[in-house]
Amino acid sequence: MNIKSMATFAAEGSSPEILFWVGCAGSFDQRAQRVTKAFASILEKVGMSFAILGKEEMCTGDPARRSGNEFLFQMMAYNNIQTMNAYNIKKIVTTCPHCFNVLKNEYPALGGNYEVVHHTTLIQELINEGRIQLKEGGTFKGKRITYHDSCYLGRANNVYEAPRAVLEALDIELVEMKRCRTNGLCCGAGGAQMFKEDEPGNNRINFERSEEALATGASIIASNCPFCTTMLSDGVKKFEQEEQVQIMDIAELVAASLK
Amino acid sequence: MVLAQQVLFLLVSIFAIGLFARKMSSLRRTIFLGKKEQINDRKSERWKQVVLLALGQKKLFKKPIPAIFHFFVYAGFILINIEVLEILVDGICGTERAFAPYLGSLYPLAINFFEILAVLVLVGVIAFWLRRNVLRLKRFTSPELQGAPLKDANRILYIEIVLMSMLLLMNAADPHAHFLVSQHLKGLFTGWSESNVHLFMRLTWWGHILGIFAFLNYLPYSKHLHIILAFPNAYYSRLEPQGTLSNMPEIQQEVLYMMDPSSAPASTDAAPLSFGAKDVTDLSWKHLLEAYACTECGRCTEQCPANITGKKLSPRKIMMDTRDRAEELSARMDKNGNIEADGKSLLHDYISVEELRACTTCNACVEACPVGIEPLSIIMQLRRNLIMEESNAPQEWNMMFGNIENNMAPWKLSPDDRDAWTQA
Repeated sequence: MNIKSMATFAAEGSSPEILFWVGCAGSFDQRAQRVTKAFASILEKVGMSFAILGKEEMCTGDPARRSGNEFLFQMMAYNNIQTMNAYNIKKIVTTCPHCFNVLKNEYPALGGNYEVVHHTTLIQELINEGRIQLKEGGTFKGKRITYHDSCYLGRANNVYEAPRAVLEALDIELVEMKRCRTNGLCCGAGGAQMFKEDEPGNNRINFERSEEALATGASIIASNCPFCTTMLSDGVKKFEQEEQVQIMDIAELVAASLK
Repeated sequence: MVLAQQVLFLLVSIFAIGLFARKMSSLRRTIFLGKKEQINDRKSERWKQVVLLALGQKKLFKKPIPAIFHFFVYAGFILINIEVLEILVDGICGTERAFAPYLGSLYPLAINFFEILAVLVLVGVIAFWLRRNVLRLKRFTSPELQGAPLKDANRILYIEIVLMSMLLLMNAADPHAHFLVSQHLKGLFTGWSESNVHLFMRLTWWGHILGIFAFLNYLPYSKHLHIILAFPNAYYSRLEPQGTLSNMPEIQQEVLYMMDPSSAPASTDAAPLSFGAKDVTDLSWKHLLEAYACTECGRCTEQCPANITGKKLSPRKIMMDTRDRAEELSARMDKNGNIEADGKSLLHDYISVEELRACTTCNACVEACPVGIEPLSIIMQLRRNLIMEESNAPQEWNMMFGNIENNMAPWKLSPDDRDAWTQA
């Protein structure tokens, strides 16, 4: 893919409509890279001018902050803010709800003020504006799909409807889990749990959640977060359902349904 | 005889209300053992929180069945207290049913209404008792509720049963009155002499008001204090999106010096800072207010993914521990006049590292709390202390920190490959 960086735009003396904040998972994790590419392909298709920071992007510091390491968080935050303010960034879209939360809610206190949207919200807006054109009779038409609310998009930022509106636009059969929206159950990755072993208990959180998702009988579990995607994939494997049930990010579902 | 009762009543009232006021002022002192924090912005939004959460009980209705019972008890409690006003007037003036002549035909209507409420309160309280003691709902049988907390909860229920029964019996024993519910209880007094019935009425009158005074003075020692503190707690609850973690300005300066060492002052005589919270005195006063506003309903713990999967963490226990520790320091204050180190702290002695490590920061506990308490905020303050003061982190987290510092990502991957996905 030919994706331009902010540096390239700056060298050309122009600036893009929006910065795509890819995030560490989206950049390095093979599964999440597919989501990154799917989302970039949507932006390309609708002709939205966007850039990435590329090698200049750094971890937002979220896992450091949530584990209690405020020093490291602020170091990362100041570096990122310096970079973004130098490019005069106004608007950011990100495919990771953890990055979304930090960029939107926590960078302002350190001097980073941007309009930040999560990719599911942007996709919904583009569908509403008619800029995203979906295939007639859709790729996933009639498929039974359940949607997993990530904590950092849902409870943390009250975004519940945009991702669901996108799914509705795909003409699928949306089945909700019992614990959804404000009651959604965590996948188990947040608060830097992704990077350590579970504390002693009688179950893993991602198993608990995957079991609930599988019980809906859905053939696809739609997600909006690279960490949820990983956790739920592991959970579905544990129940040996990986052949029958896929975990797909909203961006992947939409990218596969573009006209 | 009447005069003696009046004097006695006045003395008892002054004593009971004075005792309560003294305890509340001591409680205020305990809450302000917490750190200063200014919360006085966006007043109209704050009042809206009070109306929605405390008055309107919006979040309780996430569970309709207990919400209805709770509403019975809540509405009954507030409205029946109007009758307490009459009791106070009667007690001081030596009258019986002082409001009756003024309200005329409205009076029996009002009392009938109060009697219906009293029955609804009884229904609610009995339902609560059954849920706790017979149905033994999971959130009422967790380890942290065993012992004193369960006794406290039941004690409150028993007091309420007694209070409502006294009210109904008092009306039943009134020979001049014929009210909706209590008239059916009049049969209890068949064969009693008129003077005995009157004596019984006076006894229930005294029983009711003494019960109320006892209840009032028990409140500050009980989880039931939420009937008062839910209101300020809702007012001071956070208005930012739940995902926002509090900033640490004390670290900002340190980080800026590190990034630009030339900006750092050569020497500083400021007291060394400590980061996060080790004890309740390092928490904000708002955290301590929350601990006292908590009624231990356990909706937080019921929603906690760590708790659901058998981990030690229980957000309710975090709040209970915070209150217990604050009480401990308050007792030291009473005894010694200060809270000098007792060698204990909230972190480790009350809340273990294992509990703190299990949190996914998912905000389910915060979302679940009917009165706007944020256990997550306390958990984060303790986590900050663990990492930044004790360097106490699991090995995997230390590796993650190292990776973020050196590779700008939580994994050991080259920052040069960050945009490699564009080439593949």
